Amino acid sequence: MTAFTAACTLFAVGVLLVILAYIAWQGIGSISLRFLLDSPRPVGEGGGIGNAILGSVVLLLLSSAAGMPLGIAVGVYLSEFGAGRFASLVRFIVDTLTGIPSIVTGVFVYAVVVLPLKHFSAFAGGIALALIMIPIVARTTEEMIRLVPQNLREGALALGAPQWRVTLGVVIPAAASGIATGAMLAVARVSGETAPLLFTAFGSRFFSHYLDQPIASLTVQIYNYAISPYDEWHAQAWAATLVLMTLILGINIVVRFFTRKKF
Amino acid sequence: MSATTPKIAHQFALPHNRTAGSAAAAVKITVRDLNFFYGRSQALHNISLAIPERAVMALIGPSGCGKSTFLRTLNRMNDVIPGTRVEGEVTIDGSDIYAPGTDVVDLRRRVGMVFQKSNPFPKSIFDNVAYGLRINRITRSKAELADRVEQALKDAALWNEAKDRLHQSALGLSGGQQQRLCIARALAIRPEVILMDEPASALDPIATSKIEELIVDLKKRYTIVIVTHNMQQAARVSDSTAFFLLGKLIEVNPTERIFTAPDQKVTEDYITGRFG
Repeated sequence: MTAFTAACTLFAVGVLLVILAYIAWQGIGSISLRFLLDSPRPVGEGGGIGNAILGSVVLLLLSSAAGMPLGIAVGVYLSEFGAGRFASLVRFIVDTLTGIPSIVTGVFVYAVVVLPLKHFSAFAGGIALALIMIPIVARTTEEMIRLVPQNLREGALALGAPQWRVTLGVVIPAAASGIATGAMLAVARVSGETAPLLFTAFGSRFFSHYLDQPIASLTVQIYNYAISPYDEWHAQAWAATLVLMTLILGINIVVRFFTRKKF
Repeated sequence: MSATTPKIAHQFALPHNRTAGSAAAAVKITVRDLNFFYGRSQALHNISLAIPERAVMALIGPSGCGKSTFLRTLNRMNDVIPGTRVEGEVTIDGSDIYAPGTDVVDLRRRVGMVFQKSNPFPKSIFDNVAYGLRINRITRSKAELADRVEQALKDAALWNEAKDRLHQSALGLSGGQQQRLCIARALAIRPEVILMDEPASALDPIATSKIEELIVDLKKRYTIVIVTHNMQQAARVSDSTAFFLLGKLIEVNPTERIFTAPDQKVTEDYITGRFG
């Protein structure tokens, strides 16, 4: 049994390492400082993905700013206050939302945000990504808060703390690292999304200065370059993929550092 | 019913207890005809007793007899369990804590609680003790806060062990130290009553004896009600003992009497280990 599970583990981790190594091997050759800072240029002139990196960061910030507080609030509600039919209904809806294909979310935001405003925008992209984030964050937050022992809550209540202070001051801090892990999973998940951005943020070949204008992102850039017929752009797509993976890894490390268990 | 009808000794009986009894037995908490329900099942039946001030009352009885439930009615801790219902009256210093409009937060400030399983918050030792002070905005300055924390830790006999690591995690303390920390946390807000739900059941004998010494020391200033499964512990720390069985109060008497010449046969059977 030990040998079997160990073999499966090795296989799974091995596949992951092979993917990472392959991306690194394919992508590392095209990476240079200029590639990281420059915006795209016509074939043969080099160019870079600076605008896409910035665009991805902007989109992640926008979606996190909207999606995380909402998702955490829903999770706290479900675990601490939600009882009865309404909570079950909310839980069911949240579960269903988790399963919605991201392209559907993209089309929805296209219809509700992009069409009325008559143009693609960073805002629309942020909203689409936030909608994908909310259910993930909500469910992990709920699970993590449920793990906080009941006697911790009672201990605080017995000291004369009102319910909301127990939740804010004791329960959420006790679950903070778990909630942060869930939030990070959500960020990692949406940072790899391409489909919902095609209809919302659209993409751009320039540095974008306005949130109500289309904005580039790494994933859309990778998609556009990968389906192009040019070898140079293919190489750049690999390099952009490597940058995207590094970005996700970096976010993970930073957040883990700040939410590591102090007590 | 008649077989188990409590014959309460005059000192704890209601309502003529105020004049009776020995020296300083002023009554702190009076319970009258208390019934308690979890949903449809009744956990407490017509409990009436008087808890004397600045003394220790032990609640004994087999598991599931309602003694913990009873304890938790005294600071309305059962309120947090959905589907529970209370009938009857619990008065502390003459005012009914189940009367409409009672400030539960204020009640819990006056009636502290120590739980069976120590439950320090995942914060530093200092922040644990300071929690109740901060929540209730009791202290006005940092210096005052530090003073109160120090005093509480001293009262809980934890200061010497904790003073050099106040800002380290409370979870790094041993089980016995954690339980004394929880006592310090309860003491910090200077309650009038302290409820203890088997505070030493998870501790080794040395840690247990420290907690017991502490209880004996604390009763000079606090009214203490302690649930215990340990007969020797009840005998060692308490002044009076109440015996619960199947949600009913069978007997309440001075501890000495309960353990030497109880009124009820069933009490004697339980104490001598014939059941339970």
